[in-house]
Amino acid sequence: MTPMPSAGTPSPRVEKITVMQALNRAMRDAMTVDETVHVLGEDVGTLGGVFRVTDGLTKEFGERCFDTPLAESGIMGFAIGMAMGGLRPIVEMQFDAFAYPAFEQIASHVAKVRNRTKGQVNLPMVIRIPYGGGIGGVEHHCDSSESYYTHTPGLTVLAPSNPADAYHLLRAAIASPDPVIVMEPKRLYWSKAEVDLSRPRPPIGKAAIVRDGTDATIVTYGQSVPVALEAAEVAKREGRDLQVVDLRSLVPFDDATVMSAVASTGRVVVVAEAQGFSSFSSEVAARIGERCFHSLAAPVRRVTGFDIPYPPPKLEKHHLPTVDRILDAVDSLQWEDQ
Amino acid sequence: MTPRQPRAKAQASQAVPTAVSTAYDLASAELLPTATPIQLVDADGHPVTADAAGLPMPSDDALLRAHELMVMGRRFNDQSGALVRQGRLAVYPSSHGQEACQVAAAMVLGDNDWLFPTYRDTVAAVSMGVDPVQILLLLAGDWHAGYDPYEFRCAPTATPLATQLVHAAGLAYAAKVTGEDRVVVALCGDGATSEGDFHEALNFAAVFKCPVIFMIQNNEFAISVPLSRQTAAPSLAAKGVGYGMPGKRVDGNDVAALLAVLGEAADRARRGEGPTLIEAHTYRMQAHTNADDATRYRSAEEVEPWAARDPILRSEAHLRARGVLDDAAVEALKQRAEEMAAEMRLGIGKDRDLDPAELFEHVYAKPTPQLLEQRAQLLDELAREEATK
Repeated sequence: MTPMPSAGTPSPRVEKITVMQALNRAMRDAMTVDETVHVLGEDVGTLGGVFRVTDGLTKEFGERCFDTPLAESGIMGFAIGMAMGGLRPIVEMQFDAFAYPAFEQIASHVAKVRNRTKGQVNLPMVIRIPYGGGIGGVEHHCDSSESYYTHTPGLTVLAPSNPADAYHLLRAAIASPDPVIVMEPKRLYWSKAEVDLSRPRPPIGKAAIVRDGTDATIVTYGQSVPVALEAAEVAKREGRDLQVVDLRSLVPFDDATVMSAVASTGRVVVVAEAQGFSSFSSEVAARIGERCFHSLAAPVRRVTGFDIPYPPPKLEKHHLPTVDRILDAVDSLQWEDQ
Repeated sequence: MTPRQPRAKAQASQAVPTAVSTAYDLASAELLPTATPIQLVDADGHPVTADAAGLPMPSDDALLRAHELMVMGRRFNDQSGALVRQGRLAVYPSSHGQEACQVAAAMVLGDNDWLFPTYRDTVAAVSMGVDPVQILLLLAGDWHAGYDPYEFRCAPTATPLATQLVHAAGLAYAAKVTGEDRVVVALCGDGATSEGDFHEALNFAAVFKCPVIFMIQNNEFAISVPLSRQTAAPSLAAKGVGYGMPGKRVDGNDVAALLAVLGEAADRARRGEGPTLIEAHTYRMQAHTNADDATRYRSAEEVEPWAARDPILRSEAHLRARGVLDDAAVEALKQRAEEMAAEMRLGIGKDRDLDPAELFEHVYAKPTPQLLEQRAQLLDELAREEATK
């Protein structure tokens, strides 16, 4: 990936911002330096998006951040044409499940145009999708839809879990010559952290070890990362030292970091909100099984959502991975064999 | 307790009443198509003098060029069908009988304009300058798109229905916002008008006043399903008014009328007045593809009258009557078409080297580590295969 543009040694720009503000800043900064960047979607203009992620962009950039008719397939296809015509569109899908009408455009065109044309047509476009539950949302507002996209060759799929990654991964996505899907952790939109906007983060394709530990590894991404970190805190009090890997980039997948982390502890739990059956977490578990079998002291465990349609708000707490469920899985990793 | 004044009601009473008109804007009626398709030359090649649309006859040069492209297009269609029978192409969706539509669509486009064709619009693509062999590489099984879209300003032929119409609107939008002088023609068939993307494309194009022309080649069939199962609308062109754009009906076998109607729509787009919907009435003379059997759903009696409306016979009769085409010119043109057909046979008939490693090269700008692993696996398999030969 292209590193962020910098002139000499950048002076630190440390700010305490939320994930939402980080995403907003990433778009604003990209639009400032590159006038081919345009933002489109439902309610992204005057309103600033239902989550306010595009707040102020229309005021600052006019029609470069614009409301479209309410039609997701149309938005996606329109963005494809814009990208073919030399622009760098950023599409906002209002909610995870609202992106499904655009699936044909994503799977048959966004993902395949480069391949179909032997690289003659690139689609430098970004698709932002707020995903996941735990916000008390009614049906169709809480899906974890990342596996549909990670299963589709040609798509880069990112899942930031904190403001710094939200900023830098979105900047990298906008700069990418390939179409990139950014799964935005909607439950974490309001979570705040100090971010050094001037300091490059690991590029697309790199996972991060966000907590060192020696007893077992939790591999996770997006809005499950804080849950895993909390589980690691509790485990520490209980005498177990858990390592946490934040994948950050689902595609490309960072086999090197994941496998060396797993090999260092020999025990692993994969955590994600999405239903587990035939999911991205299954892919992670399978890869670990194939590549780290001889380093493993126990079978790879997964803690995921149940294989049910996303539940109604009053019942969602039973569906989502919790600290207790993660710790139960950790407990089951055949410690008696030590 | 005093009942509280409902807040919403109080606010509503303060609102300045605006003139919300429910009256139908009569100007919208002008967006409706003519009762009969616009025609400038009748089926026998005679100019139609009393045409309601009042469009001028294209120049002799334009008509001759169109005729030449149609003859080449017909030969391209027939040769492609023959290449399927010889096992050189997997399949071919012929546009035999629809050449006028395809040629006219390409001819109204200038050096900076774009075409978005479907799988049945290969003649339009060839008329844009795409190499006849390159465009057949998809059907020959070499790769999905055999030509560089930017070189010819011709998008890859779309296989999913109507998806390309939205891309066309988006590309036209990009031209509009960057101030580029560019018009886009997007083609589809009558079946595609039932797809959601048809609606979304027209709606986006109209809302953003994109310089794009949507031309439906209404050839009466979507594989086996007749138009009556696609729509209950009075005509497909009548759908334009629903989006706020003019809808035009035109005789799709009259290349003169097509050039005039498309030309008018292109001028309108260039003036910044937005999109136009054109319904060209034509007929799919052959089956959907070579793999289809049209006798299962339509009779020879139904097809026969359309043979008499052939666009090339009509154009030839018209040009001969105008005194701009003679036997020698017809013969010379036929000769050129044969030369193209020979090149197609040579190009598609010869073995081309395909590199299996290339499968992994165009998935991303830079192959992922996983793709590199899989590439190495395949190359290793091939090397072992080679070693045991």
